[in-house]
Amino acid sequence: MYRIVKKRNLAENVVEFVIDAPAVTLNAKPGQFIILRVDGDGERVPFTICDMDKKAGTVTILVQTVGYSTKLLAQKNEGGFIQDFVGPLGRATDLTEFKKVVMIGGGIGAAVIYPQAKFLKSVNRPADVIVGARTKSLIMYEDEFKAAAKNLHIATDDGSYGRKGFVTDVLRELLDRARAAPAQYDAVFAVGPMPMMKAVCELTKGYGVHTVVSMNATMVDGTGMCGGCRVTVGGKALYACVHGPEFDGHLIDWDTAINRSRNFREQEAAHLCKLK
Amino acid sequence: MRIERHHQKEQDPKVRAKNFSEPVYNFDAETAVAEAKRCLKCRNAPCRNGCPVAVKIPEFIGKIAEGDPLGAAAVIRETNNLPAVCGRVCPQEEQCEKLCIRSRMEGAVSIGALERYAADYALERGGETTPPKGGLKGRVAVVGSGPSSLTCAADCAAAGLSVTVYEAFHTAGGVLVYGIPEFRLPKSLVKKEIDKLLSLGVRLELNTVVGKTVTLPQLLEKFDAAFIGSGAGLPQFLNIPGENLNGVYSANEYLTRVNLMKAYDPASPTPIPRGGRVAVFGAGNVAMDAARTALRLGAEKVSIVYRRGREEMPARKEEIRHAEEEGVVFELLTAPTEILGEGGRVRAVKCARCELGAPDASGRRRPVVVAGSGFEIPCETAIVAVGTSPNPLIKDSAPDLKTTEKGTITVDEKGAASIPGVYAGGDAVTGAATVILAMGAGRTAAAAIAEYIKGKGAKRIIEN
Repeated sequence: MYRIVKKRNLAENVVEFVIDAPAVTLNAKPGQFIILRVDGDGERVPFTICDMDKKAGTVTILVQTVGYSTKLLAQKNEGGFIQDFVGPLGRATDLTEFKKVVMIGGGIGAAVIYPQAKFLKSVNRPADVIVGARTKSLIMYEDEFKAAAKNLHIATDDGSYGRKGFVTDVLRELLDRARAAPAQYDAVFAVGPMPMMKAVCELTKGYGVHTVVSMNATMVDGTGMCGGCRVTVGGKALYACVHGPEFDGHLIDWDTAINRSRNFREQEAAHLCKLK
Repeated sequence: MRIERHHQKEQDPKVRAKNFSEPVYNFDAETAVAEAKRCLKCRNAPCRNGCPVAVKIPEFIGKIAEGDPLGAAAVIRETNNLPAVCGRVCPQEEQCEKLCIRSRMEGAVSIGALERYAADYALERGGETTPPKGGLKGRVAVVGSGPSSLTCAADCAAAGLSVTVYEAFHTAGGVLVYGIPEFRLPKSLVKKEIDKLLSLGVRLELNTVVGKTVTLPQLLEKFDAAFIGSGAGLPQFLNIPGENLNGVYSANEYLTRVNLMKAYDPASPTPIPRGGRVAVFGAGNVAMDAARTALRLGAEKVSIVYRRGREEMPARKEEIRHAEEEGVVFELLTAPTEILGEGGRVRAVKCARCELGAPDASGRRRPVVVAGSGFEIPCETAIVAVGTSPNPLIKDSAPDLKTTEKGTITVDEKGAASIPGVYAGGDAVTGAATVILAMGAGRTAAAAIAEYIKGKGAKRIIEN
C-alpha cells in the first residue's frame, strides 16, 4: 500500500497527488512513468512522473479524471492509500543535446513538460513554452512556467485565456520568427492529446525541426510483456513502455496510434457507468 | 497382472467450455489407492529419470497405496516445492509416465493425477511439516516469482539463507498467475503454494521491476548472490500486415487481462473482447489456453490457425484433446498472411493453405504456401500465440551480464551467469519451456548458490 502524502486540485478535473514511494525514487528520472492500481481489483494505469523528492521518498503524479480508474483515484484523499505503485518505467527524457527548444504542453501534458522546462532553465538554456487547453479552467502551472521558461505563451481553444487558437498557431509564429533569427530551434518537445501531437509533427516536419513526443498508449504491465502499447515508429513496432514513452514524432504512424488508443473506448464507457 | 489405468473424471465438454472451473476432477480416495496399487515399485524406478526434479515417485505412490496421502505429499515435497502445480501442468506423458513400465502394457500409472491427489490433500488438510533449516548464513536476491524463482527461493531458504523475492507485478507467481488460465491452474492454489514459501521466512517485494526500480548491480551491493528467474515474457508477433488493428492481441496481453487482471469476472474493470469470432495463431500450450479462454468468455467460434500439421503441434496432447472436445476448430496447414480490417478493427484473417516441405533448422518440416489457396477466416478478435522471448530489461541495466543472440542469459551447467554471484534459470535461460524444467533449473542454481556462499563467506551487511 502506498500513502497519499498530498493532494490538490490543479485545474478542472486535474488532481495532483504526492505519493509515498521511496523505492521508486531510487532510480527515477523525469520523463519516466509509473503504473498504479487504485484498489485490489483495479486496472493498471500509467502516469508520468511529474516530480519527485528523493529525500522525502515521494513521487508526484497528475491525474486527469477521464475514466473509471482515474475517477476512483480522484475520490481518494490525503492520508489515504492506493494499492500498487510501480516504477520508474520507460526511458527518461534527454534534452541535453539541444540548445534552443520549444516546449508544448496540451492540457495535462503541461505537467509532463514542466520538469524539462525546469531542467533547461537550470542549464541556462530556458525554453520557449506553449501551454494550451480547451478553456481557461484547464490551464495549469502558469506561475511555475513563468519562472522556468524564456517566454510563456498560452492559447485556449475558446479564447477564454491567452490567445484564442491552437498551440500550433503559436508554434507556427515562433518557427517563422526563428527563421529570420540567427539561431534556429533545434528541437520541439510536445506532450498532449494524440491529435495535438500529430498536428505539431505535421507542422514541424515542414520546418525540418526535430520533434519529440510522449506516447500515452494503453498498456498492461509496462515492462514489454503485453505488447499492447505497440506504436509504429519508422515502420517498426516499438513498445511505448520500454522503448518510449518518447519517440521521434516525425516517424510515428499517427493514424494507427490514434486508432489503437480507441480500442477499448466502448467497454470503458460501459464500465464507467457503474461508478456513481 | 493387468489392471487398466484409472482416468480422472472430467466435466462435460459443453459445460466446461462455459466456465472457469477445472475440466478435470481430482481422484477420490478409493480410485487414488487403486491407481497407486498399479505401481510395480520397479527397483531402478525408470520414472524418476524422466522427472527434472527427480521426485521419489515409487515412494510417494507407495504412501498413497498405504492410505497415507499426507506422507505421500511429504515425500514429493522433498524434491518438488510446487506439487499441486506440477500435478496439473507437467507434461507427464513426455516425462515420468513415458518411462513407466506399465506404459508398454495397459497404460502408465497416472503419476501426475496421483501427485495432484496427494498435493491437494495436503494443501486442504494442512499438517505438512517443514524440514529443519540449514545453518548457512547469507543473503540472496531472487528476481521474478515464477516456478524457477519459487523453487530457488525455497531451496535457499531451506539451506538457512535469507531470501528476498522481487516481483514486477502486483501479484506473485509469474506465468502461473498471468499466463496459465484459472481452469488449468486455480489461482487460489498458487497463492497457497506462495504462502507456504513465505512461511519459510522468504521475503516478497512486489511492484519491483529489477532493471528499473533497482538494477542488478544495485542488488549485488546488498546481497551475496542473486538468481534471475525473470522468464520469457516478451511476445513475438507475426509481422504480417494488419497486426496493429484493434482487436489483435498478443496471447500475453489477452491472457494477462483475463487471468491476472481478472477480466474473467464480468464485474472487473479490465476491458476484454467477449463473444464474437476469434482466431488464434500458433498451436502450443499458450495457444490452447488462449483459445479455450476465448470460448469461456463467450466466443461463438474459435479457430486455431497453424502452419504445420497435427503431428507438429507443440501443445500437450491432453490440451489439444480438451480444446477439440470443447469445440475449438483447428485450421491446420494454414498460414495467416494478413489481418484485414474495417474501420480500424479486425474483420477477418487472410490465410493460405500449406504443404510440408523439407525439414528446417528446428528439425520440423517447413510449411510451404500452396499457390492460389488463399481464403479468409472472418473474426473480430485475433490472438498471436507464436512464442515469447526473454525480457531485456535486466540485461539493459547490467551490461556485464552475458546473453545469447536470442536474449537468453548465458549460464554454465550449474546455472552460474557471467557475473560472479549471479545465477539464472528457467525461461530466462532456455526460452519458453515448461514449469518443471524451470523448477529443475531453480533447484540446480540454489545448490550452486549455497556452494558459492559457503566458499566465499557472507558479506558483512549492516542491517538498518
